[in-house]
Amino acid sequence: MEKRVLLVEDEPNIIEAIRFILSRDGWSVETHVDGATAVEKVLAAPPDVLVLDVMLPGRSGFEILRDLRANPETAELPVLMLTAKGQERDREQAERYGVSCFMKKPFANSEVLETVNALQAGALGRV
Amino acid sequence: MTGRKQADLARSVGISASYLNLIEHNRRRIGGKLLSNIARELGVEPSALSEGAEAALLNALREAAADHEGAAEDLPRLEEFVGRFPGWARLLAETRQRATGLEHAVDVLSDRMTHDPFLSASLHEVISTVTAIRSTATILAETRDIDPEWRDRFHRNMAEESARLAESAEALVRYLDEASSAEFAASTPQEELDGWLRQSGYHVAELERALPTDPEKIVGRAESLRSAAARSLALSYLQRYRKDAEHMPLAAFQEEAQKGGFDPAALAMRFGVDLGAVFRRLATLPADRIGGEIGLVSCDASGTLTFRKPVDGFPLPRYSAACSLWPLYQALSRPMAPVRRLVEMGGRSPRLFLTYSVCQSLQPAGFDGPQVLEAAMLILPQDMVDAAEARAPLEIGTSCRICPRAACAARREPSIMAEAF
Repeated sequence: MEKRVLLVEDEPNIIEAIRFILSRDGWSVETHVDGATAVEKVLAAPPDVLVLDVMLPGRSGFEILRDLRANPETAELPVLMLTAKGQERDREQAERYGVSCFMKKPFANSEVLETVNALQAGALGRV
Repeated sequence: MTGRKQADLARSVGISASYLNLIEHNRRRIGGKLLSNIARELGVEPSALSEGAEAALLNALREAAADHEGAAEDLPRLEEFVGRFPGWARLLAETRQRATGLEHAVDVLSDRMTHDPFLSASLHEVISTVTAIRSTATILAETRDIDPEWRDRFHRNMAEESARLAESAEALVRYLDEASSAEFAASTPQEELDGWLRQSGYHVAELERALPTDPEKIVGRAESLRSAAARSLALSYLQRYRKDAEHMPLAAFQEEAQKGGFDPAALAMRFGVDLGAVFRRLATLPADRIGGEIGLVSCDASGTLTFRKPVDGFPLPRYSAACSLWPLYQALSRPMAPVRRLVEMGGRSPRLFLTYSVCQSLQPAGFDGPQVLEAAMLILPQDMVDAAEARAPLEIGTSCRICPRAACAARREPSIMAEAF
């Protein structure tokens, strides 16, 4: 079965890079830019792994994560959060909302790839 | 004490010469009857003996002592200390003042670091572009068999993101440069503007002429206005000043103002302008031409003072919030209802002022936009006006912490002065 990842991010060139890395590893990559409609997008077809940026137009990644965790369908969905604000406060908030993994920008490509694969394999649970 | 022997004076008021000597060197407190007796003997006002430059020094030291346990114990001997070691006392007061100023600067700085939206937004921009560049560069460097079409695309992306990074980094550097050179030093833009207006005596002669100087030029020349924010505040102030001057030409306005005892309502009718404009115009009249200084404070709906022109005997708070009993705030709570009130400013020698206050509503974003309130209080020293008033004057202060009115019903924090008075 094909591995599906949904990338919610608004920087086009970051989208392009991540898409390239994951595609080469055999992932089917879907992308979504708008924070306001991200939850609906996930619920319409839940991916194997969600990569979620914090600062999004329309709605913040934290709120999206909170809604996903409140919904039984996505309560256990592996979520990797990306943030440009590396502050400890942000990490704590993400963990409180039930993030699976948290990564600071700028990230290393290999790190993203490894983490997404580990999340799919179930090696990294909810923190 | 000159021209008269201490012993004679002591004898005439019924005390010993050595006791008088102690009084004179501030080692004994003096008050009431004895003070007035000595004053009568010397032919001066009692207040001339009990206050002076020392009053401000005493206040500054009381404030310093309030935060210090050991010093608070010694508070009863403060006047003796100031009397005997004036130099040390001044050094202590000035050091304390400097420390307070620096603490404030640090607060401003750390506040900016955590809450400055520009700083936060531009750092986010820099990190986003760096992320894209790093990721793209890694792909180009590490993917040996990359498709030429993809390779070109990633090169384009890199070029695009590098240009963006250069731009945002430059903006960030410019911002930090400006901030470190000026804005942090004078604490807040508002204080920079206050300082500049104080230097000019709140009167801008160049804007009173028939062909006024361009406000932008005046601001450009003002060396003490260093931050962009302060220059922008000054420009708005001067533009409004010029408009007020056009509607209320100096000579005619001054004449009418003096004739009518500085009654803002009569002036508003006479010149066809609103009360707020008359307040502002009165506060620009040069003190030497009208025989006194007219003070003015303004605030926005949050109560934050947005303009401050102090008058002698009516000190305005520098960092802390003002006295909530000021008629200014009474006016703020009832927009468009004018308030005329005789007030007594607390202090060593309380003084009376006639105040006029009004709160007006502005609609800068149109009729359906948010209502922006601006309240103003005009402060006229009692000796400038005929302030006959049936009601007892309203007892107010500067700010709770340095206000002597221990029993005030509106007190928000304990005073450090209460026991001293």
